[in-house]
Amino acid sequence: MIEAITGRYMHLDLEGRAHRLYFEEAGQGMPLLLLHTAGSDGRQWRGLLNDTEVTSRFRCVTFDMPWHGKSSPPEGWEKETYQLTTARYTGMIMAVARALGLDRPVVMGCSIGGRIVLDLAAEHADELRGVIGLQSAAFLSPYYDTSWLHHPHVHGGEVCGGIVSGLIGPHAPEASRWETLWHYMQGGPGVFRGDLHFYKGEGDLRPKLARIDTKRCPVHMLTGDYDYSCKPEDTEATAAAIPGAKAQIMKGLGHFPMSEDYAALRPYLLPVLAEFMARG
Amino acid sequence: MNIAALPARAAATPGLARWGRDLTADVLFSVGNAAWILAIHKGVLISANPAPPLMPSYDLAIRAGAEDFARFLQDPPPPGWHDIMGLVRLGTFKVEGNVALFMAHIFWFKGVLALLREPRA
Repeated sequence: MIEAITGRYMHLDLEGRAHRLYFEEAGQGMPLLLLHTAGSDGRQWRGLLNDTEVTSRFRCVTFDMPWHGKSSPPEGWEKETYQLTTARYTGMIMAVARALGLDRPVVMGCSIGGRIVLDLAAEHADELRGVIGLQSAAFLSPYYDTSWLHHPHVHGGEVCGGIVSGLIGPHAPEASRWETLWHYMQGGPGVFRGDLHFYKGEGDLRPKLARIDTKRCPVHMLTGDYDYSCKPEDTEATAAAIPGAKAQIMKGLGHFPMSEDYAALRPYLLPVLAEFMARG
Repeated sequence: MNIAALPARAAATPGLARWGRDLTADVLFSVGNAAWILAIHKGVLISANPAPPLMPSYDLAIRAGAEDFARFLQDPPPPGWHDIMGLVRLGTFKVEGNVALFMAHIFWFKGVLALLREPRA
C-alpha cells in the first residue's frame, strides 16, 4: 500500500537567510496548514493526512520547521544557539503559506503550534479563514529545568522522549505512543530546548488575546485532559480571554492528540472542520 | 504499594533494563515519611530495602508526597497524576542530588515507578 501523502522541498528566505524546508501534503480543497509540536516534525500529522474524509475537502499541508525533521538548519547554524521566537515563528508560517499559494488557510497547530495560532489570529486575521489550537494556551510557566534537554551528560534523544512521554494519554495505542516518542528522540541537539524558549518564556501571548476578533478569524481550541503541560484550565482561561473563542476538553487524550491517537481526536476535530467548510 | 515485589517486577518487564543500561546507583526513594534504597546495577534493580533511619547513603534522592503518589498509583490514574513529571509540575515530586542520573535514565525511573501501580482486578 502506498499512501496518498506526497513530500517535497521548498526553498525560501526567512529573516534574510536561505532555507530548504520539507513539506508534505495530501488532499484538495480548502487549504489547511498544520503545525507540529516543539522538538518534533510533520510526521505527527500522518493520521490526518491519510484521512480521506478530511483530504476529500481540504488541501492539507504540513512542513517541518527549520532545524526539525527533514528541514535542515540554515547555513552557519554551527555558530549559533537555536531559539524560537514569536516573530520568527509567525514570520515562517506566513512565508510558507505564501510560498505554497495557500489562499487564506485554516491554520491548525498543536502545543507551540497551538500557541502561535493565537498570534496569527491577532496579527494576520484577514489572511486566514481561522485557526484551531490543539493543546493551546497563551502562556505556561516552566516546571522543570530545560537545560537538561541539551546537556553533555544526558543523551538528548532519550531525555527529550522521556520528558514528554507522560504527556501522552494512558489509553493511546502503544504503536502511536512510541512513534510519537521516536520523533522526539530524533530531534537535533538543543532544538527542543530552543523551541521551549518560545513556549515557556518569550512567547507570552496573553497581552495579545484582547486583539483577536473571532468574527474575522474564528478560534477553536481542543485540549486533551491528560495533558499536564497545557492543562484544560490553561486552555479554558485562554479561551475566556478571547470573546467568541470556542474551547472543548477532550477525554482521554494527552498533549499530542493527532499523533498519539488520531482516531480519538477525530470525533472532536471533524465538526470543527465542518464549521470552517460551512463558513467557506 | 508492594515495594518488596519491585525487583522481581522490574526483572520481568521487557526493555526496562535497556533504558538504564548505564545506570548503577543507590537511589533513595521516599513516599511521605517512608523511605527505601533502590540498589541498581546496569539497569537491573538489585534490591529495594527500607532505608536505614540513620545516615542513609545514596547518589540520588527522589521524594514523593504521600497523597499525590497514592493518586499516581490508581489504575487508571486521574489526569495529571498519571506520570511522575505531572507530580513534578504539582510540586510534590522532588529530585535531589545528582539530577543528571535521573534525567539520563528518565525512562527507567518512570518505568520502574509505574510498576508500583497495582493492575485493577
